[in-house]
Amino acid sequence: MQNQKLAKQLMKKSKTARYERFGHLLSLSALLLIMAIVLGIIVFVATKGLSTFFNDHISFKDFFTGTLWNPGTKTPSGHQAVGALPMIVGSFLVTILAAVVSTPFAIGTAVYMTEISPKRGAKILQPVTELLVGIPSVVYGFIGLSVVVPFVRNTFGGSGFGILSGTFVLFVMILPTIVSMTVDSLKSVPKYYRQASLALGATKWQTIWKVVLRAATPGILTAVVFGMARAFGEALAVQMVIGNAALMPHNLVSPASTLTSVLTAGMGNTVMGSLQNDALWSLALVLLVMSLFFNLLVHFIGRKGAFKK
Amino acid sequence: MNRSQKQSRIAIAALRGIAGFVVLILAFLIGYIFITGLPNVSWHFLTTPAKAFTSGGGIGIQLFNSFYLLVLAMLISLPIALGASIYLNEYAKDNWFTGMIRTAIEILSSLPSVVVGLFGFLLFVVQFNYGFSIISGALTLTIFNLPLLTRNIEETLSGVSDDQRQGGLGLGLSKYETIIHIVVPAALPGIISGIILCSGRVFGEAAALIYTAGQSAPALNFGDWNPFNIDSPLSPLRPAETLAVHIWKINSEGIMPDLTKVSSGSAAVLVLAILIFNFSARYIGRKVFEKMTSI
Repeated sequence: MQNQKLAKQLMKKSKTARYERFGHLLSLSALLLIMAIVLGIIVFVATKGLSTFFNDHISFKDFFTGTLWNPGTKTPSGHQAVGALPMIVGSFLVTILAAVVSTPFAIGTAVYMTEISPKRGAKILQPVTELLVGIPSVVYGFIGLSVVVPFVRNTFGGSGFGILSGTFVLFVMILPTIVSMTVDSLKSVPKYYRQASLALGATKWQTIWKVVLRAATPGILTAVVFGMARAFGEALAVQMVIGNAALMPHNLVSPASTLTSVLTAGMGNTVMGSLQNDALWSLALVLLVMSLFFNLLVHFIGRKGAFKK
Repeated sequence: MNRSQKQSRIAIAALRGIAGFVVLILAFLIGYIFITGLPNVSWHFLTTPAKAFTSGGGIGIQLFNSFYLLVLAMLISLPIALGASIYLNEYAKDNWFTGMIRTAIEILSSLPSVVVGLFGFLLFVVQFNYGFSIISGALTLTIFNLPLLTRNIEETLSGVSDDQRQGGLGLGLSKYETIIHIVVPAALPGIISGIILCSGRVFGEAAALIYTAGQSAPALNFGDWNPFNIDSPLSPLRPAETLAVHIWKINSEGIMPDLTKVSSGSAAVLVLAILIFNFSARYIGRKVFEKMTSI
């Protein structure tokens, strides 16, 4: 009798073991929930976005090369007017221009913070970049609207709304992202690289330019791609300054639009399931795919960079 | 001085100039926000409801909505993020499954917030039929917040020394008991800093909320705290325009005569709140640490 009871106790899981199992499963389920959310987002947006092509029978060619955006109406040649090219061009233009403008500033600042004056870098520039990251995008949009747009209007003519204003606003927005990631990659360059270069008689600048920046190139590229991803996905700040005209941009100061600006401005005015609505979801899908692409690019650069070391 | 030394001097001076320029940009931004904004901020401005067509409106309801949404989103996302980061840091083995999950979290954190907002709109507003409401907004903000909070907490957990874990296991605690009773408390100051830092980001978010929490702020009855009444401030099913959405909304289609005053005032309040979040994060984390270790 006694033995049987003991055997039963030994065969059964103890309270602690059950608690352990419970905890393990609980934390795993939290993780799986996040996983499910990510899959959910991709599946939902993809189904919605693809229905333009499969339910409403818009051809990929019309969507990606058409320049007339007015879903629900027809172009003069009889096709549906769902040409997303102006928005795609707008998005890429502001993203690339913003990256081109802010990369030199960001690298310069990061080099200053790590190589020239680390003390001042940590004391002044570190908090400065953190604060810049913290300012919400609507505030950037508001400042863009009340400072940048009038400035562009008075200096370059036009209405002030357009790609150029969008570029200025995004330049400031992605600057801190690129700076802080570049700083990390510069800091990870081993100290003896610099010592070796200086010992060979190279000047400080030669060491920075020919040794440190070369060694940190993969990290800097990652930083720039992250900045571009942020610029590409930024919605409100751009929407407030770009003018929101779904036209091919003729020059940098004519009103234009981006994928995100059309999405934020248009989603509230369409009925679920209509062609107008589906076309907007296709824009969201393009946005999602580009975001995945930027991710892939970062992984690719990371692997290449790691291989070289 | 030879040529390369001169070159070095000039280049370094240029780098100094660039760094100075970046500081100037921030100084200008902060200066502009506060100098144009703070004169418009008064107790009246902070407590009265907004007016759509006449001047003299405030941001009372929007401010309340922002904080309420922030608290709700944090309450929902904290247990999930904590669980996920515990698994990632303590249980996960280094295999393809973990790699896949880390990639998924990375993807989620780099998704444009407008895409997260549209997903929230599709799932919570349309599919679950919650409408434009606090609850839709809070759930969407949770999705927006999860990757960053998870990463923050995981970093803090990995900073806890292994001696602590060995101590717990050596005393005969199970792994989970060690985590809950030793590792998480040891990481608490860092976790609290992380929560406050994420709060700043959530507080300023607008793109994810436009189509989930809605763009209108109906009048509230601040004498009624029963969450089941639709005009109670706590009601989860009422539409709730936040401060950040308000700035966007009035600048896009507002027609009140004191539009610039209201938006610059709101921007100043928003930035001030976020600065307080950022500065208090480290201070509060340190205070908690001192209190817990009784130094």
